[in-house]
Amino acid sequence: MITAERKPLEEIIEYIRPFQKILLIGCNECVTVCSAGGRKEVGVLSSLLQMSFLKQGKNLQIREHTLERQCDPEYVEELVSMVDGVDAILSMACGCGVQEICRRFKNKPVFPAVNTKFMGASERQGVWAERCQGCGNCLLGVTGGICPIARCSKQLMNGPCGGSTSGKCEISPDVDCAWQLIWDRLKALGMEDRYEEIIPAKDWRPGRAAGPRKIIREDLAE
Amino acid sequence: MKTDSVLEKVLKSGNLAVTSECGPPRGAVPEKVRQKAEMLRGYVDAVNVTDNQTAMVRMSSFAASVIIRQMGLHPIMQMVTRDRNRLAMQSDIIGAYSHGINTMLCLSGDHPHFGDHPMAMGVHDIDSIQFIQMVRKMRDEGKFQGGADIENPPKMFIGAAANPFADPFELRVARLAKKVAAGVDFIQTQCIYNLDKFEKWMAGVRDRGLDEKCYILAGITPIKTVGMARYMKNKVPGMDVPQEVVDRMAGVPKEKQAEEGIKICVESIERLKQVKGVAGFHIMAIEWEQKVPEIVEKAGLYPRPQIA
Repeated sequence: MITAERKPLEEIIEYIRPFQKILLIGCNECVTVCSAGGRKEVGVLSSLLQMSFLKQGKNLQIREHTLERQCDPEYVEELVSMVDGVDAILSMACGCGVQEICRRFKNKPVFPAVNTKFMGASERQGVWAERCQGCGNCLLGVTGGICPIARCSKQLMNGPCGGSTSGKCEISPDVDCAWQLIWDRLKALGMEDRYEEIIPAKDWRPGRAAGPRKIIREDLAE
Repeated sequence: MKTDSVLEKVLKSGNLAVTSECGPPRGAVPEKVRQKAEMLRGYVDAVNVTDNQTAMVRMSSFAASVIIRQMGLHPIMQMVTRDRNRLAMQSDIIGAYSHGINTMLCLSGDHPHFGDHPMAMGVHDIDSIQFIQMVRKMRDEGKFQGGADIENPPKMFIGAAANPFADPFELRVARLAKKVAAGVDFIQTQCIYNLDKFEKWMAGVRDRGLDEKCYILAGITPIKTVGMARYMKNKVPGMDVPQEVVDRMAGVPKEKQAEEGIKICVESIERLKQVKGVAGFHIMAIEWEQKVPEIVEKAGLYPRPQIA
């Protein structure tokens, strides 16, 4: 999933200070799962903002709504009737959702209320960690199912650097050494030989190198 | 001979090679480069020039290498994948070769986290093994990484690092094998304090015949104080300083510790000379370059062979 974290309240307050009526929208997908921008977080942020403005003698009107999926035009259309009556929109979706709202409502200021972080997985309750960088040409089939691009701090593709210590990355004891994980898994699978195959320099064009990416499925596109 | 590198000539002649290093200054002060390098003249075969070591901005390795070359010494230009993509690396390589630099060291580099620009984005377009492949392709095939022909290809003698002390230990020989397969000519190792472990690694290296496919220079760093020994033991990732080394430094009075550090260093070299497959020594006397001549002499590595 795409993970996110709410922005500091002060930053959000600065964005909406000039406005009276706000539409605060959440998203029921990834940001709900990582507890950053779902229905519950929309409610909490709404209260925090109203209290904060009330202290300054301002009555902020917030309408709350959480869409099934903010990055999908079909769902964004639901907002049409709500948008007219507000001065600005505050989105708790990832950057994709925020931009979709901007695209649909050209005359309305739209602000992000979360920082979009990474594509990751839940390690345990309340902890998410990066797993994929969307390089566009998946290496997991040759690296034992653990991604060195996303999980090695230097994105080394051919083995651990000289800073790997007791399974941890040199940058922090909280970060696992991706190559220790890869090696452990190759060993467990009896595929140690695979380590010595050199992964050649990566063609980054399927990733960001060739500019913003797009997928067009001719069989589905209208 | 693959190149005109003096280091290659010394190694090929069967002499134990000696290299040391010069960390460029943090400012436009070429005289500091000259000062450091001058201390090494006659005592080493080639001088490593570090590339933004510990991820701190310094005079570029390329520029400092040119200064050292102009002094008639032989630089080993270090280059890290952290700061450049493959375009910048290749242009610097042909640029350096155009200035008479024919020996280089291919590294991934310390993570920006450790330096004074932790907010910088590391490039890591390619990794150190792909880097070796690229420089070899430039030299042996006369082609850029992208496939186009190079006019007058740079003939670099290609070095890389190896750390026998990092984890997982069982992977460390295989990691060297990968660098050899990529085309490395020589290796400079991490500083060796745990000689038993190094010897165990070398046994694995010899088992696979890797010592016959590349020259291995053992890394040596003299310890100045017991504080430095403790710091390296506890704080530097991938460094293995056994407790007995710390205890030995702690066992002598403060004013005698530097001397003791040199003694340990010379003893290490003497023992490592007996290890089959060790082709020379890389003496990294960090901000203590003036001690290199003494170490070289005491370790019986002086005078250096005169090879044109």
